[in-house]
Amino acid sequence: MSAAGTSKDAMLTAIRRGLRRRPLPEDQAFALRARLAAHPRHVIPARSRLDHAGQVALFAANVEKEFGSVVRVDDLAGVPAAVADYLAAQNLPGQFVIAPHPGLRAIDWSSRPLLRFREGRAEATDAVAIQHGFAGIAETGTLMLPSAPERPTTLNLLAEAAIVVLAADRVVGAYEEAWDLLRAEMGGMPRNVMLVTGPSRSADIEQALELGAHGPRRLHVVLVGG
Amino acid sequence: MQIATSSEFKRNAHDALADVGLQKALARSGTSFIARRAAAVAALPEFEALREEARAIKDHTLAHLDFYLEAYAARVTAAGGTVHWCTDAAEARAVVLAICQEAGARTVTKGKSMISEELGINEHLERHGIVPVETDLGEYILQVRHETPSHIIAPAFHLNREDWEASFRAAHTDLPADRVFHERRDILTEARSRLREKFLAADVGITGANFLVAETGSSVIVTNEGNGDLTQTLPKVHIALASIEKVVPTLEDCMSLLRVLARSATGQDFSVYTTFSTGARRPGDLDGPEAYHVVIVDNGRSGMLGSEFQPMLRCIRCAACMNHCPVYGAVGGHAYGWVYPGPMGSVLTPALIGVDQAGLLPGASTFCGKCESVCPVKIPLPNLMRHWREREFERHLTPVGQRSNLALWAFVAKRPALYRALTRVAAFGLRSLAGRRGRLAHVPLAGGWTAGRDLPAPEGDTFFARYARAQRAGRVA
Repeated sequence: MSAAGTSKDAMLTAIRRGLRRRPLPEDQAFALRARLAAHPRHVIPARSRLDHAGQVALFAANVEKEFGSVVRVDDLAGVPAAVADYLAAQNLPGQFVIAPHPGLRAIDWSSRPLLRFREGRAEATDAVAIQHGFAGIAETGTLMLPSAPERPTTLNLLAEAAIVVLAADRVVGAYEEAWDLLRAEMGGMPRNVMLVTGPSRSADIEQALELGAHGPRRLHVVLVGG
Repeated sequence: MQIATSSEFKRNAHDALADVGLQKALARSGTSFIARRAAAVAALPEFEALREEARAIKDHTLAHLDFYLEAYAARVTAAGGTVHWCTDAAEARAVVLAICQEAGARTVTKGKSMISEELGINEHLERHGIVPVETDLGEYILQVRHETPSHIIAPAFHLNREDWEASFRAAHTDLPADRVFHERRDILTEARSRLREKFLAADVGITGANFLVAETGSSVIVTNEGNGDLTQTLPKVHIALASIEKVVPTLEDCMSLLRVLARSATGQDFSVYTTFSTGARRPGDLDGPEAYHVVIVDNGRSGMLGSEFQPMLRCIRCAACMNHCPVYGAVGGHAYGWVYPGPMGSVLTPALIGVDQAGLLPGASTFCGKCESVCPVKIPLPNLMRHWREREFERHLTPVGQRSNLALWAFVAKRPALYRALTRVAAFGLRSLAGRRGRLAHVPLAGGWTAGRDLPAPEGDTFFARYARAQRAGRVA
């Protein structure tokens, strides 16, 4: 610890030598702490400044622009059919791992008895994972997926196909609005917050885009309600 | 650590120009990044305002860097993570090794990280019996080929499809002989399945960080493949490596920078995975690492603060400068001889390894200014290269021939009558030599220039002479 302390002091001293000053005086440090606490917003692109229906439409259009897909259902009762139809259309198995989230536990799957699922985190053998979406960001068609016991991170990453069930009233315009939702509802910062925009891809081979690198090859959003 | 060959830039560039495979790769990829960035920028009316804001956020942070680093470290600790402060590469390597050894690590997965290249993490782990596995597709093929990245966001920029296939066949010896790699997709599928095993077996995951957020104590990575997320989610231990200038104050500041990052880099509106990591696995979590370490490294950067090179610390590593650079486009990244190529490398490398080692890089510029015009944080790259040239000259690192030629030119340029007389003679002489063709295929002492193209001959008159004539005729004031 003493060695680490020495390096820390040496680095801070070197930084201050470069900036030609001592540690900040208290009034300046106070102002910076106030800036951290207030976290002021900067320029926010006008493109997402729409009414809510417009934001939902922009969100869906941007997910599709980024090679994801979107289906809209009226309520949770419509989710099983939407999932079953998607899996069949993509030639995926009728078996998935699903987030142990109360919002998803409310779904009654009995109308689709052929679907098999388990709750929990994803394993490398899972072909399909269903995650609970915290928010959708219209600006770029981005999903906000914060980690929690009921929202494991591996569900976003390991399966061939990632399905996210998102309430349409959780779609906001800009990233900043989603962060404010998270600050209000989760208190502190979760261990992991993923902002996901479309399925995994790589352009490392000859700078040509190929979908399906290490993460999911497909990203499907089930938007619930209007 | 990568041995720098920046002092051999001239020979490196010469070899690069003669490298058929490299020239094929550069010709193919050269314009795609430029077109994609232009389209993304055109689609966002606020882009210029965001650039100005990005510059201001970085300047504000750098001016208070000590405060924000301490605030950041306090938040990491509060979230259950451990911060390691490292003054140089050797200290950082030792810290990373100690964490890996304490975890009993045999294999370590890696997310793409330029700071890891700078610090020489892989070689150090290997020397101590730990196997590092690069998981970014481009970095993976380079590890198989024992090569270094030639581009900061597209590490295998210099390779062609046939290189990928040949390397996979050589490295994956258990592949059936009839396995085809006709499509890029076949290569991707092979890499995905190979690396899945590595992800699941790794004991430690090491990533870089695009940003550190002081407000929350988070490290942020930006990827398209998802390899960085698997690297930091699946192993027991996550180590994030970051240099001191990566810190930003708040999530809002971070989002403003992210809005210009992907657009400037790949021309995407937003990268596929932008992930904020804060501490280790929480009570009740079903996944995530059990330990979270951040290694904050100076390694020469604090020496740039307060100097004319401070603006270089605004860099967010988007690679727009190299994508738009005619010199990079001609010789590729390896010619620059160290970790960071292109215009940003020409400014950063002399600061990190010394102008005596890298003094030729700031000269590897046409001063066209394209790099500065596309930089999302408005770093005055050509100006900073000019500063390095001056320093190099002051320290008498410039070769004798070049110095005496410059001295001769200065002698003439400071004597207007002599200058005009000599240019008159030169203009007349070249005109006479060129004859009716108006071009010269060979010029004494300029063989390097005329080897590739003809020199258009002067009209036979100097600008001053024509201007004086025009004045007499009353055509100009």
